[in-house]
Amino acid sequence: MSVSLVEVPLHQVAHARAGDKGNRLNISLVAYNPELWPWLMEQVTEAVVLAGFAGRSPSGVKRYVLPQLRAMNFVIDDVLEGGVNRSLALDRHGKTLSYLLLSLTVRVPAQLLTR
Amino acid sequence: MTTRLMVGGGAGFAGDRVDAALAVAQDLATHTGPRYLVFETLAERTLALSQDPIARGEREQMMLRRLRVVLPVCLEAGIPLIGNFGSWNPEQTAEKIVSLCAELGCRIPRVAIVTGDDLLEHCSVEQILGLDLDAQPETDEQLTSANVYLGAFPIAQALDQGADLVITGRVADPALVLGPMISTFGLAETDWDALACGTLAGHLIECGAQICGGYFADPGFKDVPDLASVGFPIVEISDTFDCLIRKAAGTGGCVTERTVIEQLLYEIHDPAAYLTPDVVLDISGVSVTELGADRVRVSHARGKPRPDRLKATLCFNAGWIGEAEISYAGPNAISRARLAIDIIRARAARLDAGLPLRCDLVGVVSAFGCKAGLSDSITQLQTSLGALPGWPEDVRVRVATLAPQRERVAELLAEVEALYTTGPAGGGGVRTSIHRRITTAAAAVPRDLVSTALVFSKPLEGDRDVRISG
Repeated sequence: MSVSLVEVPLHQVAHARAGDKGNRLNISLVAYNPELWPWLMEQVTEAVVLAGFAGRSPSGVKRYVLPQLRAMNFVIDDVLEGGVNRSLALDRHGKTLSYLLLSLTVRVPAQLLTR
Repeated sequence: MTTRLMVGGGAGFAGDRVDAALAVAQDLATHTGPRYLVFETLAERTLALSQDPIARGEREQMMLRRLRVVLPVCLEAGIPLIGNFGSWNPEQTAEKIVSLCAELGCRIPRVAIVTGDDLLEHCSVEQILGLDLDAQPETDEQLTSANVYLGAFPIAQALDQGADLVITGRVADPALVLGPMISTFGLAETDWDALACGTLAGHLIECGAQICGGYFADPGFKDVPDLASVGFPIVEISDTFDCLIRKAAGTGGCVTERTVIEQLLYEIHDPAAYLTPDVVLDISGVSVTELGADRVRVSHARGKPRPDRLKATLCFNAGWIGEAEISYAGPNAISRARLAIDIIRARAARLDAGLPLRCDLVGVVSAFGCKAGLSDSITQLQTSLGALPGWPEDVRVRVATLAPQRERVAELLAEVEALYTTGPAGGGGVRTSIHRRITTAAAAVPRDLVSTALVFSKPLEGDRDVRISG
């Protein structure tokens, strides 16, 4: 049986929080619906996140997964312009960047779009 | 499982809501058994900023306002307070708190001070700069502070000796909660899983309301009730090393599986190896269970032996950083704002080409807004200007720069104000601010370079100042 897929921003299917330490950013990503977990695992990869943050020139992305919590933790290096104490950016902590991650799109079964 | 202790989180950072801890203290006061109230108020740069007497004074006033709210309840109910309040002169901080108690008519507390975090007391600048650093300072940056993140055992010792209030300098944030747990359970330095449980408990509540729906709401997606009186957290630690997270009674916000997971991973890198002075915490197998009524159980933290070296934060004076802003609104505002940025870039290239420059475009509705507020502004604009696809353009140019010398920053930012007569049409609302720039680096410090001491402000017979090896 084929599944009808829709392309949506991650914001529709998951929530996230960013934290900073020096020039290293971490963003958690948690699926709203447990059944979305395999779809996110397959599509929200280190390479995809690296590409999504390309404008900020990350030197690397590491993904850690906690399947029992339907959560991933992305550690993204060197995207904070030197970190909170060196950056000239408006948001020097990079706290708003959780929503940059949530702006990436994924293709998921329409019936799983429930929160 | 039986609850062995409760720890409330009274503040998650130096600028946190001052009145929020009262509900936590009052909630704790209705229970019995070991209960503690902890305050995390020492951000990375606070120690360096404290060298400025004005900043130091403001910080001290904020701390006293915080304590004024809760001291009567806590001293009456026998709830010890623990906070990393001691950024400058902890002995003087202790005296101020004792005076405050006298003024409030409270019992005079027994105050313990944990010292030893300040590396500059024992080491030369050269020695400190020779440590393993994660970032090398630039040549014109001067080291102004170097503080080690101490662990929880000195806090536990202070509590064991009857402290009503424990003042620390730099300690690992979770140590504020782990200290009471060590004291209550009588933990040893190698009880890794138990130490992991207390560290997890501390990590979960160290950011105050962030686990109770604060910093979580996203209207229509993650709604949170009554954030204006969002509750601060209380963690209950059981004899089976489970953590129960709840919020103070009678407060807003919510504690759910989702709020807990967001905080669980906050500022974590490898979930299997969160390094602290007392234990390496492994949360990779943690389970989070919603029990309803704003109660969530977090279980299965694992501990591994503590790291050989401690982390220190080094702060450097690194010149000045400044920002200036100007607004453009209405038809073609974005084009005018972009023109303003082009002008600033051209002027900066002529004036001081060496300075880094960052320019942003910010905004939704501000310049055309009315006094009544955002929604009224949007409605009024849509009514008075006719059908609009949303609202009028309203952008703010932001220009930021930095330099070792304040004058260079000021001169460049003056170019933004000069746009009043030389820039695009209709610019307004210039604001400029210039601050000292303090940069930081993390250093790995061998434990034998660190010696911790415990001092009581009101010694009892038999007390001795305890020296603790690193």
